[in-house]
Amino acid sequence: MNFSNSAALLAVRGVGKTYETGKKEIRALSNVSLEAKEGEFVSIIGQNASGKSTLLKILAGVGMPTSGVFELRGDASYMPQDHALLPWRTVEGNLLLPADIAGASRGRAQEKARALLSAFGLEQYARLYPAALSGGTKQKAALLRTVLHDHSLLLLDEPFAPLDALTRIEAQTWLLALLEKTEASVLLVTHDIREAIFLSDTIYVLGSGRIKEKFDVPIPRPRRHEQLRAPEALELEKRLFSLLAPV
Amino acid sequence: MTMLEKLFPPLLILTSFIGAWELYVRLANISKTVLPPPSDIALAVLSYREILFVHAAQTLKEALIGLFFAVLLGVGFAAALFLMPRVRAGVYPLLVLSQTIPLIALAPLLLMWFGFDLFPKALIVILYCFFPVTIATFDALRAADENMVDLLKAMGASSWQILSYVRLPAALPSFFSGLRIAVTYAITAAIVGEFVGAYRGLGVFMLTSANSRAIVLVFAALVVTMLLTVALLALVSLAERVFVPWKKI
Repeated sequence: MNFSNSAALLAVRGVGKTYETGKKEIRALSNVSLEAKEGEFVSIIGQNASGKSTLLKILAGVGMPTSGVFELRGDASYMPQDHALLPWRTVEGNLLLPADIAGASRGRAQEKARALLSAFGLEQYARLYPAALSGGTKQKAALLRTVLHDHSLLLLDEPFAPLDALTRIEAQTWLLALLEKTEASVLLVTHDIREAIFLSDTIYVLGSGRIKEKFDVPIPRPRRHEQLRAPEALELEKRLFSLLAPV
Repeated sequence: MTMLEKLFPPLLILTSFIGAWELYVRLANISKTVLPPPSDIALAVLSYREILFVHAAQTLKEALIGLFFAVLLGVGFAAALFLMPRVRAGVYPLLVLSQTIPLIALAPLLLMWFGFDLFPKALIVILYCFFPVTIATFDALRAADENMVDLLKAMGASSWQILSYVRLPAALPSFFSGLRIAVTYAITAAIVGEFVGAYRGLGVFMLTSANSRAIVLVFAALVVTMLLTVALLALVSLAERVFVPWKKI
């Protein structure tokens, strides 16, 4: 797993994943290769069951590939689908979970968590349990937990999927503001074409476990939602849609 | 909804039932040795409170000791079943099968083997309460949100950390549901043990009263049994509020 020639933060080479269910063999991923550079926002877009989450789990160390390799220079922080905030921990307790798991002292992490909660408008929720939060606030708290500990790569599995359209747009803008405070690269999995265009520098289209195509997003930063109406964004949206839409 | 609003409907039904019972017994001239009116039962509870207290204390002692060991064994057994799949494959079906044994029929045997002291009664309580605690805890350990487990794995958590940070807290609400069922069995199970042979306890009091045709005292003991069970249920609810604070929301 050494790609000394690669300048990428993350390099995935020919990763495949096959599941066996009884006598049947299901190929979830097949020969997937992609890269993410330092500070780059990369999205993987695909329909349900296209293998997006499987790939993210492999990169997060939750699952093993059956073929291929990947190299990550640094460490990754993973946000699974559906926020995965522990209901028995307060918002602040959830943010401190990685420090607790690592057996690190809470002092510095607590200071940082409070600063981040305050900077991103969540300080009034610090002592509340997740059940008391709205859907959008839960996703934001989970995102703060993912970025808090200065990992070099954030692996985000459809972080905004459970949200309604308006909350989703607000949360996407919020995420970009949050990312300005970090130097982390992002690998986002989504099935929302506009979300991928709005957030990403690079988009990979995944279908039936294979990378179909790679696109660079031709929209300058800082991003605003109005930019999605620019001709180049609309053209990209059309091309992505034609690749993803069922025949 | 306030506590009063929650309690109002069941209290209304209960009061109506007691009122109808009182009226029926008095208006239909039912013999008090067959069905005493609720007012007589209430008076009997008050008049015999000291004797009832002694017997209730014995029954409560048996129930609590049995319940304590049932919880200890149940949680330990559930964790063992969860952590050892091979043991689970062999033991789990037998555990379910064991519930087809009528425990009430075991009571005379336990009394024969272990005598008339506290131990066989506590053992009957354990046998009654062990199953609901074990099954509720085991099912809950298995049903933990896999997203949370994945998250911890990605953080590099050990199996023990996954158990203590995710699976055990996730199992708590279900454990308390099992405990609530176990608590309702506990007093009854202790009384079943006392029916077969004991020196003291509400079961002994009921049998003695029934043999003397003092039916009102049988009902008085029943009221105390109900009150004890309700008190234990209230304690479980209180413990649940303390240990599962996130469920209050």
